[in-house]
Amino acid sequence: MSKINWFKYSSPQAFYPLAGKMIPWFTALAVAFTLPGLYVGFFVAPPDYQQGESYRIMFIHVPAAWMSMFIYVVMAGYAGMGLVLNSRLSSMMASALAPTGAMFTFLALWTGSLWGKPMWGAWWVWDARLTSELILLFLYIGFMSLQAAIDEPRRAARASAVLALVGVVNIPIIYFSVQWWNTLHQGASITVTKAPTMAASMFTSMILLTFAFWMYTIAVALMRVRCEILERERHTEWVAQAVGGSK
Amino acid sequence: MSNWSSLSEFLAMGGYALFVWGSYGVTALCMVVEVVLLLRRKRTLLQRLSRTNRVTAEVSKSNEVQT
Repeated sequence: MSKINWFKYSSPQAFYPLAGKMIPWFTALAVAFTLPGLYVGFFVAPPDYQQGESYRIMFIHVPAAWMSMFIYVVMAGYAGMGLVLNSRLSSMMASALAPTGAMFTFLALWTGSLWGKPMWGAWWVWDARLTSELILLFLYIGFMSLQAAIDEPRRAARASAVLALVGVVNIPIIYFSVQWWNTLHQGASITVTKAPTMAASMFTSMILLTFAFWMYTIAVALMRVRCEILERERHTEWVAQAVGGSK
Repeated sequence: MSNWSSLSEFLAMGGYALFVWGSYGVTALCMVVEVVLLLRRKRTLLQRLSRTNRVTAEVSKSNEVQT
């Protein structure tokens, strides 16, 4: 068995072309999950007997909320790896994920608000689930602002990694908020331990769109990390060769 | 497939059009805008870097001629 040197791809120089090759695949996967997800969500899943058609918002609300938490954990993981191993690429991956994570957090809040108005009669309530999700948005914004505020990339990566790691404590708070407190937000209909308490077609649409968001996230994070790599390594010989124009 | 009998019924979303389409529309918009911004960032970055490259190459060439 030939040995594969996995550490090879931890150098920005080796990862840059690899990321470029992966982007079209993840884009294609994102589209391949979105189309059937939307089809099942709008044409196969029947209207809810209590909520009518408004519950179709859930097909993107739940995936967006899941992604907002998942991306945060992955981002904090990369930031922590960068902090401990001092590996540049991990810190760059953390920065590349932050804007997309913030976007999904915003979308979870936005779609939740648009569902809450007709169903709860309020755009917003200061309920534990909603408030902790809003704090997640502030954590993402804080992470990005802190990086933008410090000029030296290594110091910026270290400082923001500490912030990201401390903020991880908010993730279980979001997830368990509906159990720990008496919230207006309902409990989970999909858990790892029990069968989902919803129609199979509703579950299918939610899962397909979750995968779609996941693949989308990988594609845009790779696009962004390529820009980060070029910016931070712009004085190196390999970037000069990669971008051309020297002849 | 029998959820909607006409396009207008589909668009009306059982009276929840504003909420359903407001959710899907803004989600789609955010995702498209993010991709467009990233493509633009990459293009301007590549242009700037290759211009810097060219200038550096010309400067070093003219230095060689002088010395």
